[in-house]
Amino acid sequence: MRISILLFGIAKDIIGSKNLEIEVNEECRVNDLKQEILNQYPGFENLKHLAIAVNNEYARGETSIKPSDEIALIPPVSGG
Amino acid sequence: MIEVTNQPIDIMEQIKKVESPDAGGIDVFIGTVRNRTRQKNVVALEFEAYEKMAVSELQKIIDTTKEKWPVLKIAVSHAVGRKNIGELAVVIAVSAAHRDAAFQACRYVIDTLKQTVPIWKKEIFDDGEVWVSAHP
Repeated sequence: MRISILLFGIAKDIIGSKNLEIEVNEECRVNDLKQEILNQYPGFENLKHLAIAVNNEYARGETSIKPSDEIALIPPVSGG
Repeated sequence: MIEVTNQPIDIMEQIKKVESPDAGGIDVFIGTVRNRTRQKNVVALEFEAYEKMAVSELQKIIDTTKEKWPVLKIAVSHAVGRKNIGELAVVIAVSAAHRDAAFQACRYVIDTLKQTVPIWKKEIFDDGEVWVSAHP
């Protein structure tokens, strides 16, 4: 299945776009998606950490992903 | 009482949001743009937010804060976009019957905001720019 991912901060710079379309297996969990992104974009290996949000919530690694979910990469935050 | 805004933050407006006849004090934290970091001159900061999630994470912080301390009202306003030296990045106002709770709650809100809310800042220098905290 094809999923669309929102990008912010340094994630936007690493991929060079505000959105990423990526092809993943039907049974895709957050950890699988993260691994796929790390494989395709090794620049993420240098970050302190990388979280994934599903429907505006920080998602656990075992959370399943559907194409209708709103998915975002959350690089280390630095507000305030 | 949360806003993520590309307009200048109005401190008095945030204070007014938390006023209450039951309040014995209002604590306000104002985060401003500093001109230096790690021996380098900063020209400006550029803030970016995942706005919907930032608002929901801020709401969680406010809910948790109200469980932890006897506070009355909490307002948070965070800037997005380019902010020059001295401009406001964030304003947090907390009212409470007594000052201890207001001080502690206000500190908890800013400390937790920095850890969990999906907002990013880029430091802009004379000779380049860097996303803060991105790398170890």
